[in-house]
Amino acid sequence: MYAFAKAYSTKTPTMKAIKYTGLLIFLTGLAIFTASLFLGSFELTQENLDTFTQEKGIESEVLKTKLTERLVGKEYGTSFEMSSGIITALEEANAVHKEKQEWDKVVWEKPHSFSFGIVKKAGKGILKDNPGMMWFLTFGLGILGALLFILPNYVLLGPAGIKNNGIYHQSSTNRGLIAWLVLVYLVSFYLLLYFRADYVVNWTFILDPISRALNGGEASQWFVYGFLYCTIMVTMAVRMYIKYRHNKYQMIRTTSVLFFQIVFAFLIPEIMTSLNMPGYDFKNAFPLDYDFFFEWNLDTLTESGAIGLFILVWGIVLTLIIVPVMVYFFGKRWYCSWVCGCGGLAETLGDPYRQHSNKTMKAWKLERWLIHSVLVFSLVMTLVTLYCYFSGTDAFLGIKSQWIKDTYSFLIGAWFAGVIGTGFYPIFGNRVWCRFGCPLAAYLGLVQRFKSRFRITTNGGQCISCGNCSTYCEQGIDVRAYAQKGENIIRSSCVGCGICSAVCPRGVLKLENGPLDGRINPTDVLLGNDVDLMDYVNNKKSS
Amino acid sequence: MQLFLAFAKAKTTTHLMEEHIVIIGNGISGVTTARHIRKLSDKKITIISAETDHFFSRTALMYIYMGHMKYEHTKPYEDYFWKKNRIDLKRAFVQIVDHANKQLQFADGTSMAYDKLVLAVGSKPNKFGWPGQDLKGVQGMYSKQDLDLLEKNAPDNKTCNRAVIVGGGLIGIELAEMLHSRDIPVTFLVRESSFWSGVLPEGESAMLNRHIKNNHIDLRLNTNLKEILSDENGHARAVVIAETGEELPCTVVGLTAGVSPNIDFLKDSGIELGRGIKVNPMLETNIPDIYAIGDCAEQHEGINGRRPIEAVWYTGRMMGETLAQTICGNPLPYNPGHWFNSAKFIDIEYQTYGWVYSKPREGETHFHWKHEDDTKCITINTETATGKFIGINNFGIRMRHEIFDRWLTEERSTDYVMEHLKDANFDPEFYTLFEKDIVAHYNKTYNKDIRVKSKSWARIFSRA
Repeated sequence: MYAFAKAYSTKTPTMKAIKYTGLLIFLTGLAIFTASLFLGSFELTQENLDTFTQEKGIESEVLKTKLTERLVGKEYGTSFEMSSGIITALEEANAVHKEKQEWDKVVWEKPHSFSFGIVKKAGKGILKDNPGMMWFLTFGLGILGALLFILPNYVLLGPAGIKNNGIYHQSSTNRGLIAWLVLVYLVSFYLLLYFRADYVVNWTFILDPISRALNGGEASQWFVYGFLYCTIMVTMAVRMYIKYRHNKYQMIRTTSVLFFQIVFAFLIPEIMTSLNMPGYDFKNAFPLDYDFFFEWNLDTLTESGAIGLFILVWGIVLTLIIVPVMVYFFGKRWYCSWVCGCGGLAETLGDPYRQHSNKTMKAWKLERWLIHSVLVFSLVMTLVTLYCYFSGTDAFLGIKSQWIKDTYSFLIGAWFAGVIGTGFYPIFGNRVWCRFGCPLAAYLGLVQRFKSRFRITTNGGQCISCGNCSTYCEQGIDVRAYAQKGENIIRSSCVGCGICSAVCPRGVLKLENGPLDGRINPTDVLLGNDVDLMDYVNNKKSS
Repeated sequence: MQLFLAFAKAKTTTHLMEEHIVIIGNGISGVTTARHIRKLSDKKITIISAETDHFFSRTALMYIYMGHMKYEHTKPYEDYFWKKNRIDLKRAFVQIVDHANKQLQFADGTSMAYDKLVLAVGSKPNKFGWPGQDLKGVQGMYSKQDLDLLEKNAPDNKTCNRAVIVGGGLIGIELAEMLHSRDIPVTFLVRESSFWSGVLPEGESAMLNRHIKNNHIDLRLNTNLKEILSDENGHARAVVIAETGEELPCTVVGLTAGVSPNIDFLKDSGIELGRGIKVNPMLETNIPDIYAIGDCAEQHEGINGRRPIEAVWYTGRMMGETLAQTICGNPLPYNPGHWFNSAKFIDIEYQTYGWVYSKPREGETHFHWKHEDDTKCITINTETATGKFIGINNFGIRMRHEIFDRWLTEERSTDYVMEHLKDANFDPEFYTLFEKDIVAHYNKTYNKDIRVKSKSWARIFSRA
C-alpha cells in the first residue's frame, strides 16, 4: 500500500502537467475557432447570385439589380461587411416595393437569415479550401485538449467516490472571473447563432464535408450547432464517466442521454433529410418542440406521404400518451435526464455548474409562476395557430397567429431556451431553462406531482442536515428540507438526476418507483424517537 | 374588520403573557426544541448562541473547508425563518446562570430573565494535558471558530507542509480527509491497535485502516502523543511520539481525541454536574425549570442500553422533540427507540441499526461478510442461543432504516433478516447487489439453506 502511495505521488505531477497541457491545447483550439470568423474572404460572382435568387424564387428585379450593383465583383474581408451590404440592398428594394404595394415582391425573410444564403455562396479562402485542416485546428484541438484536461482526473481525483473538493474554491465553478468569461462567450455564441447567422458562415465551411456525407447538402448554422452540441456532450460525458464511475445510475443515465442526442436528435434527422424526408427528432415532444403544429410543419408533413403522416401521429401520441404514461411509471426523469437534448447538455457540459441553482423559497415561487406561464403561452399559441390553419383566418380571439408565433419563438425559443438557458450556466446553474421555462417540463411535472410512482425516499432518521443534497440539486429543490423531516421528496420539478442521492454522505436518499400508497409521508416526529411519541403527535394531528 | 382587530389584539396580549423559554445553544438540539415549542404553543422563545448568528449543520463544517459547500449552504433554514416563526435569536456568551432569580448574565454585562431554561450547549474537544497542547497551530475541529482557525492555520500545503492528527475517532478521520483534500500531508496518530476499534469489530476496523492508507494518509497505529514542541514564536513545530521518541515536524496539530460536554460556565451555578449536566429521563436538571439536552446532557443511567452521554446528531434532535412536549404541557420521558447511526470514512459510507459491539458480548455471535474489493462489508450480531437479530453494521452498502427498525421491534431472527435482506437494501438503482453473496456466505458459515426472497414493495410498506 505504501508503494502505491509512492507511485501515486510521483504520478501526480505528470498528470497535472498533462492536464494543463490539455487546457492550453483546448484554449488554442477555441481561439482558432473564434478567430476563424475573421479568416478568408467573400466575393460574389454573378453566377452565384443568379443561382441564389433562383433557388430562393426571388421575383424582385429591383433587389436583383441592387444586389448585383452592391456585391458582385467586390471582395469583402469579413462576412460582417458583406452582410451589411446585402441588408442595405434588401431594405432598399423592400422599401421600393412596399411603396408601390407590390407585396409579393417584398422579401419577408429575416434580413440576416436572407444574408446567410448569399454569404455562404460567396466565401472563399482557407476555410473553404482546407476544411479538414481547419476542422483539426478547431474541433480537433478542442476535443483533444479537453480530453487531455479531463482524463488525468482518473488518477488525480483519487479512488472512486464523490470528489467535489475545491468546487467552491475555484473561479470557474464559484462564479469567479472565469465563470463570467464563459458566460459572456456562451451568450455571444447564442446571440450570433440565433440572430446573426450570416456572421458565422465561416464555421459552416469547416463542417461542409461532414454535412455532405451525412445529408448530401452543405452545412447550415443549425448543422454546426447540432454537431458542436454532440461533440461537447460526448467530451463532457467522459468527464461524467470518470467523476461518477462508482455510481452505476449516473453511468447508465449519461450513456442514455448521449445515445438519444447523437442518434435521435442528430443522426436520424440528418439521414432522413438525405432521403428527402422531413428531418424529424422522434424524441422531441410537443410543447418543447413548440413549432410542431406550425403551418409550415403541418404542410411539410402532410406533403411527405406516409412518413409525414406517421410523424404527425407519432408526435401527437408521444405527447398525449407516451409521455404521461412513462411519467406515471418512472417520473419525469425518463425524459428530462435520460432522453432530452436540453437535459443532456445540462447533465454533461452543465454538471460543473449544478450547484448554482437558487434554493430560496422566492426562487421556488418564481419558478412556479414562470414555468406554468410558459406552458399556458405555448398552448394558447398552438390553439391560435391550429384554429387559423383550419379556418384559414389569420387571427383567433384577437390574437394574430403570426405575431404570437414570432413572439414565442423570439422570447421563449431563442432567448429563454438558448441565450439564458445555456448561456447562464456558469452563474445561475445548468437547468435554468428546464426549471423556469420548459413547457414540457411543466407538463411532466404536473403528472409527476399528482400521479406517479416516482419519489425520492428519505431513509428514516439518518439525515444530518449537512446540505450536500440541496447544494448539488440542479433544479434548486431544497432536498434537505424534506430529508431532515423524514419526508419523501415529491416535487414537480425533480428531474431525477440522482445526484442528491450520490452526494449524500449518510445514505439517506434513494430514487425509486413504488406504490402510490405511502408515497407522500408527512411526519411530525422522525423515526428513531420513541414510538408512543410518534403516535401521540400523529394522532393529535389527525384528530 | 372590527372583529379581526379585536382578535389580533387579544392574540398579542396573550403572547405578552406567555412564558419565556430561553434556550442556550443554537445547535440541532436547541433549534429542534424551539421549533417544536412553536408548533405546539405561542410561548416566547429566545435562542442564545455565542458561536454563530444562525443555526448551521455542524456535521457539514468539513465540507466548507473541502470546498463542497459554503457556510450559507450549511444553514438548514433561510434567515427569514426565525422571524416568521417568532423565534428570537441572540448572539451572546452566557457567563452566569442565576437560577434563584431566573436570570442569565452575559459576558457583556447585560442580562436576560427566563421562565424556563434549556441548556443545549454542546461539546468541546478533549485535551488530556499534553505538553504544548495550547500552542498556536494546535486545535480541535468542532466549532465554526475551529473551522475559521483551520482555514488560517492550513489554507494550503505551502503554509502547512505537514499536519499531525491525534485521536482516531470520527472527527479525526474527518479532519484527515479535510487536510488531505488540500494536498496537505497528514500523519494520523491512533492510540488503539486499529482505527476506531473500540466501537467497530475487527474486520471492519481493519478494512478502514487499509482505506485510510490507500488515501495516502500516514496512519500510525498503537501510537501515543508525548508532547508538542514549540518554535520561537510559540507555534507548534513538531510532535514527539511517546513510544519511539520520534519527532514529526509539522505546523498544524489536530486534537481529535473525542469531545466532552461544554459546561465550564456552569461550575458554580448549583446545577448538578458530572461529566455533563445531570438529567433525569424527563431531561430535567436538579433545578426546577432548567433542562439539559443534546451533547451536554448526562443521564443518571443510560437508557435502553445507550451511553449516559450521547454526542450524536439525531439524539440531540430527539431530545429536543421530547422536551418540547414536556414544556408544552405533555410531560414525556426521553425514550429513544432502537439505536442507529451513520458516518462516512473518506469514501466508505457506514450505517448501523441495533447493537453491534467491537467484540461480541457473552452469548452473542458475529457474522461477517466482506466484498473482495475491500470497500464493502457487513457484520450482523445475533443472540447465539435464540438466533435473534441484535444489530447490523453495514459499510459501502446502504440499508433501509424503517425496515431494520421494524425487524428489531418484531424481534426477528437473523435467519429472517437474511431471507428478506433484499427488502432492506437502499443503494441507488442499478447498483450491483450482494444479498446472494452475503446469504451464500451465511449459509456456508452456519451450514444453513436460506434462500433470499425477491424484494417486495408490499412488505416494505406494510405498517408494523
